[in-house]
Amino acid sequence: MTAAAEGSPPLRVAGLRRSPLLQSEAVQGFALISPTFVYALILLVLPILVVIAHSFWTQDYLTIDHTFTLENYRIALTEPIYRDLLWRSLYISLTVSLLTVALAYPIAYFISFHGGRHKSLWLFLITIPFWTSYLLRVMSWKVILGYNGVLNSGLMGLGIIDEPSTALLYNSTAVIITLTHAWAAFAILPIFVSLEKVDRTLVEAATDLGDGPLRSFLRVTLPLSAPGVISAALIVMIPTVGDYVTPKLVGGKDGVMIANAIQAQFGKASNWPLGAALSVTTMIIVSLMAGATVLVFRALQRLAR
Amino acid sequence: MTAIRRFLPGWLSSYAVLYLVFLYLPVIFLPIFSINTAATPKFPLSGVTLHWYEDLPRTPALIDATWNSLIVGVSASTLSTVLGILAARSITRYRYPGRRAINGLIMAPLVLPEVIVAISMLLVMLQLGLNLSLFTVVLGHVLVCIPYSMTVLTSGFEGFDRSLEEASADLGESAFGTFRRVTLPMVAPAIISSLLVCFTISLDEFIIAFFLTGTEATLPIYIWGQLRFAAKLPGVLALGTLLLFASFVLMTIAEILRRRAARRTQNEGGLYA
Amino acid sequence: MLERVQSQSDRTMIEIRDVTRSYGSFKALDSASLAIREGEFFSLLGPSGCGKTTLLRMIAGFDTPTSGSIAVDGQPMEGIPANRRPTNMVFQSYAIFPHLNVEQNVAYGLKRLRLDAGEEKRRVEEALAQVSLTGLGKRRATELSGGQRQRVALARALVMRPKVLLLDEPLSALDKKLREQMQVELRRLQQAVGITFVLVTHDQYEALAMSDRIAVMFGGKIAQVASPKEIYQRPVNRQVADFLGGMNFVKAEIVEENGASLVLDTLGFGRVKAEKPKAFVRNGGAATLGIRPERLRVLWDNATAKFEVAGKVVERHYFGEITHLIVEIPGLEKPLSVTETNDFGADDIPVGAPIRLAYDPEALVAMAD
Repeated sequence: MTAAAEGSPPLRVAGLRRSPLLQSEAVQGFALISPTFVYALILLVLPILVVIAHSFWTQDYLTIDHTFTLENYRIALTEPIYRDLLWRSLYISLTVSLLTVALAYPIAYFISFHGGRHKSLWLFLITIPFWTSYLLRVMSWKVILGYNGVLNSGLMGLGIIDEPSTALLYNSTAVIITLTHAWAAFAILPIFVSLEKVDRTLVEAATDLGDGPLRSFLRVTLPLSAPGVISAALIVMIPTVGDYVTPKLVGGKDGVMIANAIQAQFGKASNWPLGAALSVTTMIIVSLMAGATVLVFRALQRLAR
Repeated sequence: MTAIRRFLPGWLSSYAVLYLVFLYLPVIFLPIFSINTAATPKFPLSGVTLHWYEDLPRTPALIDATWNSLIVGVSASTLSTVLGILAARSITRYRYPGRRAINGLIMAPLVLPEVIVAISMLLVMLQLGLNLSLFTVVLGHVLVCIPYSMTVLTSGFEGFDRSLEEASADLGESAFGTFRRVTLPMVAPAIISSLLVCFTISLDEFIIAFFLTGTEATLPIYIWGQLRFAAKLPGVLALGTLLLFASFVLMTIAEILRRRAARRTQNEGGLYA
Repeated sequence: MLERVQSQSDRTMIEIRDVTRSYGSFKALDSASLAIREGEFFSLLGPSGCGKTTLLRMIAGFDTPTSGSIAVDGQPMEGIPANRRPTNMVFQSYAIFPHLNVEQNVAYGLKRLRLDAGEEKRRVEEALAQVSLTGLGKRRATELSGGQRQRVALARALVMRPKVLLLDEPLSALDKKLREQMQVELRRLQQAVGITFVLVTHDQYEALAMSDRIAVMFGGKIAQVASPKEIYQRPVNRQVADFLGGMNFVKAEIVEENGASLVLDTLGFGRVKAEKPKAFVRNGGAATLGIRPERLRVLWDNATAKFEVAGKVVERHYFGEITHLIVEIPGLEKPLSVTETNDFGADDIPVGAPIRLAYDPEALVAMAD
């Protein structure tokens, strides 16, 4: 290029022209993303399609009978054991997501608005507990909530109760407490990010127009951070419904969740099609619940105006 | 009103402290009970000992599991970072139909229950006749790590002035040369973050590994196996404590490296000078 | 005033023929044609969205015309990517590579040429000296001020010895004093280096101060291409007249049209004779007469002039060096804007006072409606 600029023979243009098609932005963009896209297609879309296919078949010991049937769905939706598990899982997932978000919001607000120069430090501190193994964190909760556990010893020591409580472990409550802890960081971060985006001068403007701190929060900050809150709720809600480890370790009989039943179909019970149907049903129902939650949030926002 | 104003920051700070206590509660007990002589974790401690730690390196199964986890972690983080770089660059620099949908698909594993991802991959692999092994575990981990690497890398690509790449082309560099001399150095902090985030996720990931591994165990699978033996609990707690400290050191080093790289590539451009 | 040294040849360096850039039905550039001469300091001037940056980027190779052609030094640029064109650009954000120091930035484009180390170093030093940045070679890019960044961008482009240097609003990020200083320096630099500069700006004073010729653009079309003086004194239409400085517009009727002049009937100014602009296209009998505010002189006390108008001061605004007066003239629907320097006391004229204004008929501009 510079050689041409310094007065040498004119550029030989023949080999330099590129066909407009190859240079096209769309083609280049597609080409770049295709390895990742194909990866997701093969390892996510294809398997999910296979699962959906399996949900319409039946298993006879080790062989799969490919005749189309809705039997699995009938079992999944009407058998009391699965119906109860589904409801309980949905209930737990909804409760955990609302609780986690409600508890996470104040701390996200605190860091964003009062963190000052130490914001990164606070975020760092918040993520440290989550570098421990998830399994061990759940085990720890078992230790804390157990009959001979820390919480009981503590409460007895303080004189609040006379004997250890059994209401803390091996039930849905234990699952909810444990999961609320497990998802904390995942809820704090999206809320924090959307709070950071709130223009502080808007709050100042509200104050200038007469709002006290509570009112300006409710009328300005909260609505503006709503996208982050909704993201956080969804990030927690959908994966929680399929959690396996927590119900297994601290759920006891009362806290069993749908994932345990699904896993059983792929393990001892060996009924893959039923496991597939349970998975599909769970996914559809939790998506509906997530959609409903978003709609409720939006309706609340409109009411608040 | 002024009373609330004075009261609020105080209330909020106390809440923050209490919340931190809540967060650290399970974590605190790991080191505490790992030095307890008794196997049952309850107060008061029956004695202090380090023998649970000493036993760790003498457990071959643990050493194997650690090694496997490292292999899987390094492979998964490298592969997902590479795929993430390609995808993030495509999303941030090019426009084409279906871009948002493809992005949504790639990010989908983030909001799917892991058990469903695990069993669906298991089904396909069994249908294809693939042997379950660490390789299949890596494939599963890459799928769930890509959304994280994409998030980090997209913000890395968006964070620097597009005209830097145009300037490089203007000065005569080829497309690959521009990528090597300008783009890569500018996204280096994001690449470091991505590698580390993915490694950490893979290291701790249980359910997909559980379903997709053959005979080799990763650390979480090893831990899961140990948890059914009450007597082995302190050993597992000792392992957990070590992992915690190791992660802490690793993350701190990574953050220092990342900050240093970020400071070097700070671009304020002429528009803000 | 900056010297306008005639160092240009008559050779065309950049030929832009009927270039259009459309996005669907929207035309960012509409059939633009230009011939920029070798060695010229050429400016593309217009408000934002007029297409000037689009045109510049097409010369550089970062955008492709929908139709039409661009040739640099006789070579058609179609199909030639940006990195192979004999042009170099100074970007609006300067685009200084933050991970490299000043020397490395300037040497960036030289790396591909594989010069020996001594030669490369020599050229970098030469470029740094041209922009008065000698000695700052080892400074990190992140430690530079805005003005320094701009010079590095210049040095980096000039070291490549391009045939054409393209500048995309290079001074818009600088504060006023620095900007004025850089205008002088850029002009001096262009004269010293002798290559064609094409500058994009929305600042009329910048274009007037630095350029050999200016192309004024509106809405994707080129309205007028001429020297700064001609554009300022003989704008081809109201849009151009209004964009460069203030202008008083007075409705006029064409009474007579000769070869080089027009006789117009106006309200307020009576019957006047004005020079017919080169690109005048008659549109019925209506025309517009223009006169710049600074070409109306206040007549003090009993002074008289051959051409004068009388009226009443309705507003007065003080600007330090000058005073703006708004003067109502009987017959004119809009008052006249008058600019006077304050050495004779224009800043003391009371509002409401009667006033007489003198003008030079040479200063009258006739524009088609």
